[in-house]
Parts: sequence; structure tokens; C-alpha cells
Amino acid sequence: MESVMEQESRSHEMGLHTEQLRGRTQQVFFTPDEEANFVYPDAPDVDFNKRAEFDAAEMTSNEVNLKIRELMEQGHGTIVIKNPMARHSLGVGILNRLNLYFEGSLGYFGVGLIDGPNVRISGRVGWSCAENMMAGTVIIEKNAGSTFGAAIRGGDLVCKGHVGARTGIDMKGGTILVGGDTGAFSGFMMQRGRMVICGNASHNLGDSMYDGTIFVGGEVKSLGVDCVPGEMTELDKAWLTRKLKQYDLLPDKGVDHFSKYVAGKQLWNYDNLEPTEKKLIL
Amino acid sequence: MAGKGGYKGTEIKDVDQFITGDGLDSAREKEIGQHIGYRYDVNLLPDYERVTPFLKEYMERMGWDDLNWLEDVHMGYEEGRPAVFDRNINGWVTVPEDMELPDNQQDRDMLARELLIKFQMSTRHPLVQLNKAYRKF
Repeated sequence: MESVMEQESRSHEMGLHTEQLRGRTQQVFFTPDEEANFVYPDAPDVDFNKRAEFDAAEMTSNEVNLKIRELMEQGHGTIVIKNPMARHSLGVGILNRLNLYFEGSLGYFGVGLIDGPNVRISGRVGWSCAENMMAGTVIIEKNAGSTFGAAIRGGDLVCKGHVGARTGIDMKGGTILVGGDTGAFSGFMMQRGRMVICGNASHNLGDSMYDGTIFVGGEVKSLGVDCVPGEMTELDKAWLTRKLKQYDLLPDKGVDHFSKYVAGKQLWNYDNLEPTEKKLIL
Repeated sequence: MAGKGGYKGTEIKDVDQFITGDGLDSAREKEIGQHIGYRYDVNLLPDYERVTPFLKEYMERMGWDDLNWLEDVHMGYEEGRPAVFDRNINGWVTVPEDMELPDNQQDRDMLARELLIKFQMSTRHPLVQLNKAYRKF
């Protein structure tokens, strides 16, 4: 294994320490005529029609995750895992296009940190499913635990049953769809993205949300701090209809009964002068 | 509780507002000399009538029925220039100066999505270099 010194020397040779960044603007420009490549440069080339399956009953979580990587390296684009036995951290960190099927339930932190795959889970999932998900689709046929989709950044995360508390806590993008009800503090500290609850939402929905949109088809027990009703637009309705139909969640009566909730922007406190003003008053 | 009182930032009224102006539009922004909030509507949903052939091909290749993570990608404006935020480098990537922008935000967002895919999946992306330099296993 390379020493830290050797790695640092190589990064200097590559010019990684000389590039000047101004503010948060990256001084590398797009090249519109760049050759179209739809996956990350180091992602294995997989074929959705090449299918593999294995039984995970006697395997550890680590062994299952390594097996998925091995099959992707061999070009398998569809992988079926039987008997996941509700083990934790299964199917994590997949940064490629892939069809992944779990025949059974997952434990905590299932399919976290993924960027691209389409996952279908026939059973239930534990806490923090698809935590920090970047892209792809995850469909859970039954119920999900708390902090479902914690800090999700992109992609579609779907639970056809009910979910626990703090759904989409700290979500920074993406779409969370819940076919049933959701627990308390759903959308807590949400920063952007969309959450769709077809059933009811418990107390403090959207508490301390900074941005993003929440749609609820049922009743809301109470709204959290700075979560306010928003105006439903025709674009909202078209998007909701399309998305719910895509996952077989569209109610027979359509989407007209859905309510929309957004941030009141009372917590937007990015004003440099305000702390000084407060000091003067006090 | 922080930030009591009404929202004091800019309301977006024109598609070129942050290219032609300095972002200091509301009374409070003029007073403090600082723009408050985003320079684009982060909640704007995509109009699927305007999806480009390139994006359709991308969706098909990935096995998605819609734009998926790209629904959160918009054309933003940084330092008076059109730019796209790349979450992988946590920074803005500016759009080439000679590129003509469409006259509406929906088409600009589609353009931003195309550019971002090409940039992120390119071997020129900074993460590829970082990977080569620092990967341990």
C-alpha cells in the first residue's frame, strides 16, 4: 500500500494544490461537445439482461455487498438476492446503474449511499433506509422504520406501506413517496426535494424546514415550526399524477384532494447585519 | 427562535434577473449589501414536455421513467454568470460564455441537466483526479 507521503507527492504532481478556487465557483468549464457518457468513468459496464441470483441466508452483510460488486464487475445488470434475513447495511454504496432485487426484508441502513441503481425490496426495511441516497429508485413493498430516507439528496424512494417518525429528516433533494401514513416530525429540517404522503401525517410535519415541498393526501395532525400551507399549481398536479402513477400509487380520485406545504422562510437567517443589530438593541 | 419577521429576500420576477442585476433587489438586501436566498427557484418542478432527446436517452439507459435525481438540478446564477451546482464537488460550474441561453427557466434547467451529466461522467471531472491521487484500495 502506498504511504501517505507518496500519495501527497502524487497529488502535487497532478496540480491538485495549485488550482485557485474563488468562493464556491469551480474554475473548470463545461465542454458541451464532451463525449456522452451516462455512467461514472470507473463504473463497470453492466447489461440489464444479464441476470444473477444468490442466497444470502448464510452470508454476512459484508460478504453480500462484496458479492454484488463482484457480479457487477462480471457485467451482471440484474441481481436477485434471496433471504437477506433483515441484515443491516445491505446493498450500500452502489454507484452504477443496476437492477437489484431483495426477496425479503432489510435491517438498518439498507441501500444507503447509492447513486444510480433501481432497487426493489419485497419485504420491510428498518431504520434509515436509503440514507444519503444520490440517484436511482428504491421501492419497498411493505412498511419502513424511522428516519426513512435520512439526508437523501436525489432519486425516488418509495414505501408502499406506512413509515415511522422523522421521514426524510434533513433531506436535501430527491423524492420520497409514502403510500400509507407517516410518523411525527416528517420532513424535519428539510432543505429541498419533495415528499408525498398519500395517507396521514402525524405531529410536527415539516418542522424547521428551510425549503422543499411536502404533499399530503390525508390529514395532518399538526404542522411544525415554519411549515406553512402552499398553493397547489397545475404543474404540481401534473407532476404528482405522473409520479404516483409511475409507482402504482395514484388514488382513484386523483390528486385534487392533496394539500401542499412549504417553508415559511421565517428561519432564513443569512443576514450578516442582523446579529450586530440585535447586539445594539440588547 | 431565529429570524422572526417576514422573508426579506428577493422575489424572482424575471429569468435574467441574476445575470443583469447584482441580486440586491429588496430593501433589506440593499441595506445590508448582501443577497438573501437562492438565485433560482429550487422548488420548480420540471415540465416533461421540454425534456431533450439527450435526457430521454439518459433516462432510458438508466432504466428510469423520469428525470430522477435531475429533477433537483436547475440553472443557477453565480457571480452574475449562469452556472450549475455540482453536488459531487460541492461547487458551482459556470456555463461557457459563448453558449446561448433559452429565454425561459424550464429550458435553461434542461440545458443545465445535460451539461451536468456530461461534466460529472467525464474523465475531466475533478473527482476522477482525486480518485487517482488518493484512493487507498
